[in-house]
Amino acid sequence: MSATGPATMTVTITVNGKAHTADLEPRLLLADFLRETLDLTGTHVGCEHGICGACTVLMNGDSVRSCLTLAVQADGAEIETVESLGTQDALGPLQRAFRDHHALQCGFCTPGMLMTATDLLRKYPLASDDDIREGLSGNICRCTGYQNIVGAVRAAVRERDGA
Amino acid sequence: MKPAPFDYVRATSVDDAVAALVAGGGAAKVIAGGQSLVPMLNFRLIDAPTFVDINAIPDLANIEETADGGLRIGALTRHYALETSAAVETRFPVIRAAMRHVAHLAIRNRGTIGGSLSHADPAAELPALALLLDAVIRTAGPDGGREIAARDFFVAPLTTALAADEIVVAVDLPGLPAGCGWGFEEFARRHGDFAIAGAAAVIAVEEGRIVEARIALMGVHDTPVRAAAAERLLTGAAPDAAGIEAAAAAIGADIEPMTDLHGSADYRRHLAAVLVRRALASALERAA
Repeated sequence: MSATGPATMTVTITVNGKAHTADLEPRLLLADFLRETLDLTGTHVGCEHGICGACTVLMNGDSVRSCLTLAVQADGAEIETVESLGTQDALGPLQRAFRDHHALQCGFCTPGMLMTATDLLRKYPLASDDDIREGLSGNICRCTGYQNIVGAVRAAVRERDGA
Repeated sequence: MKPAPFDYVRATSVDDAVAALVAGGGAAKVIAGGQSLVPMLNFRLIDAPTFVDINAIPDLANIEETADGGLRIGALTRHYALETSAAVETRFPVIRAAMRHVAHLAIRNRGTIGGSLSHADPAAELPALALLLDAVIRTAGPDGGREIAARDFFVAPLTTALAADEIVVAVDLPGLPAGCGWGFEEFARRHGDFAIAGAAAVIAVEEGRIVEARIALMGVHDTPVRAAAAERLLTGAAPDAAGIEAAAAAIGADIEPMTDLHGSADYRRHLAAVLVRRALASALERAA
């Protein structure tokens, strides 16, 4: 690093509908931008190398690992985090399904589970529980044993399909 | 902040990207989806002074149908696009089948075909498919472009024939013989993990004889590899269970598997033969 500090880039990233312009070091991960720069700590950081899925957010509608995305790569993009799904007083449908099915215990993996399931629900029929398990296989939960998470997503599939 | 500091160049054209690589004097690296690169950056396993981001280059993510029944696939095409493209499903259903084995949706949304081929993990799906499908990898560099046959592209684990100032721009897949069948089999401990072993096959049958047989293997050699001896046995043979058995028994001639904590070399040899048998059986079933 030079005496003038590291080189930064000016980027504009829209997070949950609100545009943020910031000067960022290129090496800043999107996960750390969300948590440290914007104080949106709903996005959790677990393994920091793309294995655990806790940091999953949506970028232009597609789920991505925010620990494997540089913040500068999100310049001009729309990011949705778990904070976009609902509020404590007005949970979104997927959050309600997680609560109703006791699909979380410690809650660490939950933001990643919710954002992954959001993308899965948009993209796949999820006709069987095996399909749901396959879809969630990139998100690690050390509490629940997954059964209740699969149940919650199954309920969200039924709600999506009007069944 | 995990990665070491680096300069970041956002290329807006292929020429721009090549110029930035040349300016980097051999030390600059390309970043596309970043799904293999950023973990290594986070661990500081690699450290380059400059990364050239090619995500903003237009028209690098197209999937074009070619006159020979094949496809030209732009380097920035994401795994999810390959998984969902109607042209891929029609012309190369084996690719669609393989994509569901690639990691997880969030990774497939970002990872690119050019990145997977350039990264050249011997256990990855796309390098093995490139070999299976006799792909030609089109590159750009300071002296123009090259067309590199997949069989000459993968030279060692995580090592390709690409020069430091050269990037993949597209992958050409020649059309398959009419009516050929295909099979894809992979085994991993957890769905989406890298294959402990995997096999892909394409078989064409005419008048009761196999006229073309291709088998590509992943996870069982220091590069993706074609089972050449098995292919020779099958070509001209009757499309039956005895032929499949003989071919599966012959793959040992072309592979040298590794022992690691996921499995021994012997286990991988055994597994590869089982997967080849299944992939060939599926391919014969699908062959018209």
